[in-house]
Amino acid sequence: MKRKFLFPALALTFFAATAQAQTEIQWWHSMSGALGDWVGDIAKDFNSKQTDYKIVPVFKGNYDESMTAAVAAFRAGNAPHILQVFEVGTATMMASKGVVVPAEKIMRDAGYKFDPKSYVPAVSGYYTAPNGQMMSFPFNSSTTVMWFNVDALKAAGVSTDKLPQTWPEVTLAAAKLKASGHKCPFTTAWQGWTQLESFSTWHNTELATKGNGMKGMDARLVLNSPLHVRHIENLGNMAQQGLFVYKGRAGAAGATFESGECAMYTNSSAAYAGISKNAKFKFAVGTLPYYPDVAGAPQNTVIGGASLWAMAGKKAEENKGVATFFNYLSDPVVQSVNHKRTGYLPVTMEAFKITEASNFYKQNPGTDVSVNQMIRKTTEKSRGIRLGNYVQIRTIEDEELEQVWAGKKTAKEALDSIVKRGNELLEKFEKANKS
Amino acid sequence: MILSSDKKVIFRSNWLPWVLIAPQGFIVLAFFFWPAGQALLQSFHQSDAFGMSVQWSGLDNFAALWRDDTYLESFKTTALFSVLVAGLGISLSLVLAFFADRVVRGIWLYRSLLILPYAVAPVVAGVLWLFLFSPSVGLVAYVLDKFGISWNILLNSAHAMTLIVIASVWKQISYNFLFFLAGFQSIPKSLVEAAAIDGASVWQRFWTVQLPLLTPTLFFLLVVNTVYAFFETFGIVDATTRGGPGKDTAILVYKVYFDGFKAMDLGGSAAQSVVLMAIVIGLTVLQFRYIERKVHY
Repeated sequence: MKRKFLFPALALTFFAATAQAQTEIQWWHSMSGALGDWVGDIAKDFNSKQTDYKIVPVFKGNYDESMTAAVAAFRAGNAPHILQVFEVGTATMMASKGVVVPAEKIMRDAGYKFDPKSYVPAVSGYYTAPNGQMMSFPFNSSTTVMWFNVDALKAAGVSTDKLPQTWPEVTLAAAKLKASGHKCPFTTAWQGWTQLESFSTWHNTELATKGNGMKGMDARLVLNSPLHVRHIENLGNMAQQGLFVYKGRAGAAGATFESGECAMYTNSSAAYAGISKNAKFKFAVGTLPYYPDVAGAPQNTVIGGASLWAMAGKKAEENKGVATFFNYLSDPVVQSVNHKRTGYLPVTMEAFKITEASNFYKQNPGTDVSVNQMIRKTTEKSRGIRLGNYVQIRTIEDEELEQVWAGKKTAKEALDSIVKRGNELLEKFEKANKS
Repeated sequence: MILSSDKKVIFRSNWLPWVLIAPQGFIVLAFFFWPAGQALLQSFHQSDAFGMSVQWSGLDNFAALWRDDTYLESFKTTALFSVLVAGLGISLSLVLAFFADRVVRGIWLYRSLLILPYAVAPVVAGVLWLFLFSPSVGLVAYVLDKFGISWNILLNSAHAMTLIVIASVWKQISYNFLFFLAGFQSIPKSLVEAAAIDGASVWQRFWTVQLPLLTPTLFFLLVVNTVYAFFETFGIVDATTRGGPGKDTAILVYKVYFDGFKAMDLGGSAAQSVVLMAIVIGLTVLQFRYIERKVHY
């Protein structure tokens, strides 16, 4: 056992000795499983295409864990060069002054071309500061979609030629599933993201003032509007009738769809990788459901996923390496390959066109659903969401929504409470980041 | 060095006692007082996640807690949880130790099995119990379902509380058991035998002879278990309910952990830990003042 271990260790020392001419770029990420392999392959490909820099991807746990690790490392002066931060952490990263080098700046400084306009608006807008500068590099963007177990729908007598697209249609389909004896007709993952955030932009309705916080830190939650109340009330009723079965916070519902326990669920488009691997039934993907009587719906859904941040305080040569890597990731061909492999969005229009030209969408029906939800022109209300202390606000959303699903609170009470508790946190964030 | 009659050790040297307690003193200072001081300092600060702008905010963090209804609510949750964990943990292990003390053959096996859970990390304990009690795949949930009980820790607060109490108690029983068993075995056999000769039943012997002699252990475990329930159970909560449904299992220490390490609101988290520290210090003082009087050493 010991001897086996010694060999690679020795080999590594030799490698390290020969590779010293290269500048190492540390990249902390949160991609595990199939997506972890993907990140490894990206690094391998980049490292083989040039010799000046060496990207070293390091898995640092979940998104929140890697961010906490980076905060600790930064305070100790050992931050990585590149940090992958989930969309929820965007406001925190932007507000922390002197922590990052804007992606746009690091690329321009290194002499690379950077055109924010080539990006899908809903993606670039999300990561662009109020002064118009793109702060982080869009890496893996997903959005909210609806997944269907086609076999289960067929068995319940729901038409699968035209999948349910609106909430009334979803409710109807759920009722049929229930009548046919299905135990879990509909569920959802990431309830705050799918049922409040994306729901808002999809209906061109504000979740928070100031363009959902995109225009300033003095934004406040307004997600207790009549439309929001109507939707949560609807879901609450569905829960009481057994049409919607709550399966837990974050991505917990994913396993119940993949196992066939639940027939329909809203989740990230990036659930594709897991579903295509695990589901033993025919599945389909549709747009996020909407209310057809709401003017302006459907607008566009909001992104999830993560972006890459260049950490400040590094040597010029290292910054150049980061820029070179970002430049590599900007290649539409690379982006198209990544999109096809993971189900994450093609982040530029060019990458979308290349993917379309390769007939990928025709061969894999439904894979373009998420893209079409996103590549529309965004509005003030749908551009994105940028709220401070958002990890905590998401938890508040979980806590209050659970009370509705359990029948302990009305939709109005729960949403009012989210607004009240959330706004306390927003005020606090504004104060903490004032100077 | 002289051992005086009232068990006090008297040193002739001026410096030797200080040198002897220095290592322990250093550990206490470095790992208890220094972090506690930091927490106290941080609780008056408001800063961004990376610590780039740190501002003195006075009692703002505490005022925010006071305004937060759900925070006040979690005091009740914590009280219920702690009483259940300490109460059940101590009484169950007392029963187990009582019987283990009477086992004649195979005591080592019995003892080892009971001590085993102590080696399990809280998060692992949480996950183990979550598997058993998970509504979709859990064995216990399946059996309960057969009896017509629809088990759902995701939406039923009582179910969720039951789960974290069971997991926390299970984890702590071994520790308590060890102390109780040692306590039982250190009671002179002659006392118990004398009571037996006088015609006292097993129950009477336990109640009038063994239990009074166990009060020092009982008191020690009461303090330790209270501290355990207040501080060391966040791993179990994080791995099972994450404070849900709603906030019904969000005990105080879990919120400290979540706000500090997940949400990176260090000021708010520090303020909560100061409050928690104050509560536990207060409880410990109370225990020493009022309950210790009933302890026979």
